[in-house]
Amino acid sequence: MATVGIKGYAYCLNHAPETGLRYGNTPHVERETKGETEFLKELPSFLQSYEEAKDYAPNQAYIGGMPIEKLEEIPQPWYGNRLTGSGRYGSYGEIMPEDEFIGLMDICDVFDIIWLEKGFAASVRKKLSESPVMNGSVLSRLEEGHDLSEIENETAHRKALPLFHGGKTVGCVRNGHDVDDCLFAYVLLENLASKAGGLLSLLHLLKNTGMAPEEIDFVVECSEEAAGDMNQRGGGNFAKAIAEIAGCVNASGFDVRSFCAGPVNGMIAAASQVACGARKNCAVVAGGAVPKLFMNGRDHVKKKMPALEDCLGGFAVLLVPDDGTLPVMRLDVLGKHSVGAGSSPQAVTSALILDPLERAGLTFLDVDKYAAEMHINEITLPAGAGDVPLANIKMTAALAVTKKAIEKADMMTFVKERGVPGIAHTQGHIPSGVPFIGHACDALKEGRMKRAMIIGKGSLFLARLTNLADGASFLLEPPSGARGGASTVSKDDIKSLLLEVLAELSGKLQ
Amino acid sequence: MDLQNQQRIKDAAEKYGPENLVVVLGSSDAEGAEIYAETVSNGDPTFAGPLAGVQSGLAVYHVFEQEIRDECDAAAWEEQISMMEMVLDPEKLAEAVSGIRSQFSKFTL
Repeated sequence: MATVGIKGYAYCLNHAPETGLRYGNTPHVERETKGETEFLKELPSFLQSYEEAKDYAPNQAYIGGMPIEKLEEIPQPWYGNRLTGSGRYGSYGEIMPEDEFIGLMDICDVFDIIWLEKGFAASVRKKLSESPVMNGSVLSRLEEGHDLSEIENETAHRKALPLFHGGKTVGCVRNGHDVDDCLFAYVLLENLASKAGGLLSLLHLLKNTGMAPEEIDFVVECSEEAAGDMNQRGGGNFAKAIAEIAGCVNASGFDVRSFCAGPVNGMIAAASQVACGARKNCAVVAGGAVPKLFMNGRDHVKKKMPALEDCLGGFAVLLVPDDGTLPVMRLDVLGKHSVGAGSSPQAVTSALILDPLERAGLTFLDVDKYAAEMHINEITLPAGAGDVPLANIKMTAALAVTKKAIEKADMMTFVKERGVPGIAHTQGHIPSGVPFIGHACDALKEGRMKRAMIIGKGSLFLARLTNLADGASFLLEPPSGARGGASTVSKDDIKSLLLEVLAELSGKLQ
Repeated sequence: MDLQNQQRIKDAAEKYGPENLVVVLGSSDAEGAEIYAETVSNGDPTFAGPLAGVQSGLAVYHVFEQEIRDECDAAAWEEQISMMEMVLDPEKLAEAVSGIRSQFSKFTL
């Protein structure tokens, strides 16, 4: 069985309400096409403060500030039953305030795209220097800053986009090119924000695993952004760009894209390299998506509830050779949504869940938890998109009924026992199964779980290239306990064993 | 309903005639299904898309309504749809769309 060890994981959120107000796709398009409409005037009064976002239970579950099981004990709506005294840092990562996040974007900028106002830059430097994951090398990339008049000149005359904090202009994103729309300020903002989110998670991953940046061999980045210019739109490569800022001088990397199925495909791409011995320490990384901020804001305002989509999501996972002591990802029974599999929910669920289980000789009841599309349901329900994680586990249960693995009467018990609540913001790729890797690995290490399935699904049809969807899945299992799994038996081991047996045999024949 | 889908429906109605077009929804949420049904029959209630103010009166059904089921091959239904009947609330979804149809649709199957 081919397995790789999961050495560590990190999950971070970047609280970015003021960026979202201006550059989330829903408010941005509204403003560009219709001007300051009623929705845009009302939206600011429905924002959450940083403290409120920090005390929002799903956010704490995401960063490892509380066990995911505890979330289910808190009555909904969670925005009406906030935690008290929760911390900025959880065991996996953090919820970073917006001013520091703007600073982090500047740290990630190597082309003088982001300009910060001098006083703001100084204030952010002080705050970031107190972070447990920043170091001198990362911090030295933060610029000294510019006079506000220079920034105002850029936004007024040179197509730069202003950045806000506390309602004031504190910097700008400059245009990267006069005519190349792949390098316009909005695209560069989107890309630098994703890079910064990915960097933050990678830095937390290094801290959580005790690894030095130099020890990382390879980075697979799996967000939904496209880095390139007009001659090679989406050419890449976020992975190396993030690794560079983190100081991973011995790493290379590449990007994997498949809409929301990107992270699971990224995990498989990285794990395959580790399993075959090509690379030892592979990090899978993604930052968040600015356009998705306040994507459903119109419905939240209409329902007079907090506009919850105010955070960018990010994660990082470190994959290493299986040494018997770590939870493992199995590569022998991956779920794959093939071209010919069909696109009905029934076909997709069969391809991603039933097929790998059958190949592994397992039944639906051999998996303790199924994690797919982990959107926070309070975000999607008011927008008419339903409870996505609940719908997914119901589909798994219904398939189990049709395959006679469980009785129809037991369907809701299956749903309750084997589903996971949504803890991820509607950041597309981020909710797609991967937020559960951390919680699952904790449970697998502590013997509270014997198996989990991580499922990613992607809406490829949005790009107008194909009507197909995509999907992939993998199983997580506990540490084997034995040093060196079956996958590490080499040709040389077999050769020396054979020589030993032959020598013994020849001795007996003499 | 996203703007591109609204445009596709508007174009199809213009090309083939509204009496020759049936919109079949697969929405998983009753409230969402109502909004989609209203959009294609009475116009986009959010006034955001190409169907804003377009009272085309198109026939609109949810895939779980009996009329659509009767049109489907039973084996294909079993293979493609039956699992979702267990997951969703077919009656509520069918009611949501038929309610809107009775108010705004000028055509039926």
